[in-house]
Amino acid sequence: MIRRDAILFAGLGVLILALGMWLKVPTTIQLLVTALAYALIALGLNVQWGYAGLFNFGVMGFLMVGGAATTFISYPLNDAFWTSAGPFMLLKALIAAIFGGLLIWGVTRIPKKGNLSKLRGFLLVLAWGVAYVTYRSQIDPAAKLIETEAGFVGGLGLHAAFGWIVGGLAAGGVAYVIGKVCLGLRTDYLAIATIGVSEIIRALIKNMDWLTRGTLTVSPVPWPTPLPADVVASGMTDTYMATIVSRSIFLALTVLFIAVIFFFLQRAYEGPWGRMMRAIRDNHVAAGAIGKNVTKRELEIFVLGAILMGIGGAILTTYVQILDPSGYQPINHTFIVWVMIIVGGAGNNYGALFGGVFIYIVWTISEPASLVLFSLISDMSESAGIGAIPEIESRALQMRVFVLGMVITFALRFAPQGMIPERVRSEG
Amino acid sequence: MNELIFFLNKVIISGATLGSVYALGAVGVTLIFGILRFAHFAHGDMMTLGAFISFMLVGLFQAMGIQTPLPTGFIVLPFAMAITAGLALGIDKGFYEPLRAKGVKTVTLLIASIGVTLMMQGLIRLFAGTATRSFFENETKDLFRFKLPIEGVKRSINISEPQILVIVTTVVAVIVLHYFLTRTRLGKGMRAMADNPSLAQVSGINTAAVVRATWIIAGSLAAMAGTMLALDVILKPDLAFNIVLPIFAAAVVGGLGHSYGAIAGGFLIGFAETMAVFNWAVLLRPFKAGLPEWFPTDLSLVPTEYKLTVAFIILVVVLLFRPQGIFKGASS
Amino acid sequence: MSLLEVKDLHGGYGGAPILNGVNMSIDIEDIGVIVGPNGAGKSTTLKAIFGLLQVTDGSINLDGDEIASMMPDKLVPLGLSFVPQEFNVFTEMTVHENLEMGGYIRDDDLSDTLEYVYEMFPPLKEKQKQNAGELSGGQRQMVAMGRALMSEPKLLMLDEPSAGLSPRYMMEIFETVVNVNKSGVGILMVEQNARQALEFATKGFVLAGGKNRYTGTGRELLDDPEVARSFLGG
Repeated sequence: MIRRDAILFAGLGVLILALGMWLKVPTTIQLLVTALAYALIALGLNVQWGYAGLFNFGVMGFLMVGGAATTFISYPLNDAFWTSAGPFMLLKALIAAIFGGLLIWGVTRIPKKGNLSKLRGFLLVLAWGVAYVTYRSQIDPAAKLIETEAGFVGGLGLHAAFGWIVGGLAAGGVAYVIGKVCLGLRTDYLAIATIGVSEIIRALIKNMDWLTRGTLTVSPVPWPTPLPADVVASGMTDTYMATIVSRSIFLALTVLFIAVIFFFLQRAYEGPWGRMMRAIRDNHVAAGAIGKNVTKRELEIFVLGAILMGIGGAILTTYVQILDPSGYQPINHTFIVWVMIIVGGAGNNYGALFGGVFIYIVWTISEPASLVLFSLISDMSESAGIGAIPEIESRALQMRVFVLGMVITFALRFAPQGMIPERVRSEG
Repeated sequence: MNELIFFLNKVIISGATLGSVYALGAVGVTLIFGILRFAHFAHGDMMTLGAFISFMLVGLFQAMGIQTPLPTGFIVLPFAMAITAGLALGIDKGFYEPLRAKGVKTVTLLIASIGVTLMMQGLIRLFAGTATRSFFENETKDLFRFKLPIEGVKRSINISEPQILVIVTTVVAVIVLHYFLTRTRLGKGMRAMADNPSLAQVSGINTAAVVRATWIIAGSLAAMAGTMLALDVILKPDLAFNIVLPIFAAAVVGGLGHSYGAIAGGFLIGFAETMAVFNWAVLLRPFKAGLPEWFPTDLSLVPTEYKLTVAFIILVVVLLFRPQGIFKGASS
Repeated sequence: MSLLEVKDLHGGYGGAPILNGVNMSIDIEDIGVIVGPNGAGKSTTLKAIFGLLQVTDGSINLDGDEIASMMPDKLVPLGLSFVPQEFNVFTEMTVHENLEMGGYIRDDDLSDTLEYVYEMFPPLKEKQKQNAGELSGGQRQMVAMGRALMSEPKLLMLDEPSAGLSPRYMMEIFETVVNVNKSGVGILMVEQNARQALEFATKGFVLAGGKNRYTGTGRELLDDPEVARSFLGG
């Protein structure tokens, strides 16, 4: 078994080397960084599904939260914002939000039985209404002011690696709220609900121009490590080498993050906590019967997985140096991660890692590969007199989507356990 | 009065049109859920597929020089429905049936349907490109304006031909479906299977025939809904994903497995969307003189960009508080 | 040749085997009753006959046809009908529709059979248009049996028809079973209320551990002191 895993990973290594020769080193390093970020996200999803059987189809939402958070943390300060009335107005909006939240919380404390119980439903709706209107009354003028005077809120100008951690925590926070509310749902309902939630998050990030600049995008988002330009400035004149060096340092930092996370994750997985989680996953009812607090554990897992996704999302955003809400698609950011863990092997951290890197590579090279294929077909059809294929680039791109779908359906039919399935250790 | 007409156009007519499309889609989803017991995520793409098939047929008709009194997209509908139904059967045979035979969990089927969605999306865009297309490139979309014979009324009630067709067709479809489910043996067999699949088997009901009927109905209605939507708005490959969640919301609101609930849910969501983005302050304009200065001019519940979010919010809320649907007597 | 011949039946739900060699034969005049302790394989035998679980060995012969590997929907046209113990009505369909579903496989006019069922269960005639889910336990059982009779079976199998019913309803159910049998339908039923059921059984089968322990007429089993001691509570 260990030998098969080793062979698979070795094979992956060979694939990467081969790519290095085809795509040249800088691009390959870029590919690796992104693939590893996705692998981290896959790890997060694996934690949620593999450990606790939770169906999170809103991965995209958590990625976006991580990306937005790191942008906010690491982007330089926007003086126009800080010198305007913006911060004060935001503070007022925050107070309005807290007020509204307290109001709603207060109404929910009304006991369901008793004197006020009949009015409870009505009061709850009223509370929500009042909270919403109050919040809107503060935030709308604030948003308008910020957008006209300062463009957007800007960032805090802190170190990007710190931004990654905050990205993870922010995603975790969002997960906590969502989890508290949604985790009671039955599996397929949870799946649908998470899709809905991630779409709501996307709509929010896309439209809150005052916070995220929305479709105008934020760039350049700073790196935690020297950029190629910085390397050149410090003495290396060969820009090609500078790019390689700079990207390698970024890669090293990413690998460091992942290695540390992976190490702790594996420790937990193999220890008593992991055993308990698997017990809960494999038999909800029985676990509940022996007194394990199932819901609390599920929430823990959900938050933990989300933190990993947030960090992964932050790394992605930082690397491309741009926060672009339109760039997020469920296909690229949710479904592909699912494919990664299904094909790689759910429940197994090594499987998630393998699946993440492997599927990402397949996904990425399928674009140029299908372009080559289509060009070939187009040339043939042109010389046959039928004419070239129109819009060849965008159509070739669609091939990826098709292939991804095919991979999912084939994997489900023929290898439901994945390529590196979970090792069930026989106890005692 | 002008404001009321504006409300009529923007909320009632638009809501009814959108609601009809959602209703048709939601019925398919709810039937599949009730009988095949899984959330058919690929339904949105099935609607897009139906719309594209209609589009291709329209091109064919026009190439053959056929002129039609009603929009050609509407005339080709029966053919598109039949083709889509056939494809639906094929997809089930190829992808879902083998999994069902293995006795997989319902969530696995959901993931499989996501895989199918991706494949369909890829194929559609592969062959048709990503551009938007209109059914009315070569013919005109008739717009009917009804002017009211009242003094001072400048606005007319506007309704387009496709909108009339959508609403009328949906009503007809609902009646036909009702007849099918309550008067025919196969229809009753479908209800029995949704109600209690093992008892249905024990009674000798041919479950394979029921499954086929389900896909045929779901596929046809999906084609109808997709084509109608494209006729009213525009045809683009993105049609699918924007539609899936509102349709699921409609089906969930109506109680999964309950066809009538799905229809009601569809209209509910349709009207909810149009009402949420409507600027209610417009209705108060005649009373402007009596209102204080600071009264906001924009009383829309949500900004227009968030229109699609309305359905998601309704979906999440219903799933959390009343997953069995908001209508009384709906069982899980 | 008997109507139903079960020989050396082995089977289960895929894991451990539950039936370890069951034998029985039922003729169309018979009222067969299967009794025994919990876990003996009583309901499992019925389900095995009806194709609802895996048969690993043995044969089941219905009126000349070998049916051991056939699916339930093929058995109904052959004259076999089954009333499950639980979830045995379509709760969201009316009483009348439930009966119609019983006659699903028939192409001819159902009205004669419907009349017969309504005569046998007068309360159902009143509540024709009500949803079966709204009826009381006893009335639901009537719907369940009526549904099974609509296919004009040769052999009617019932799984604990008196379960959860008051003694009055139980006697009514047993009376109905006897009447159905008189009108020319073989009966095979599993019962927990062993004493009362064996009173009118023409063939009694005591099962334990997935095997036959005692076989005889109902009267014989009731009078046998060993059977009475081990299985009928003294």
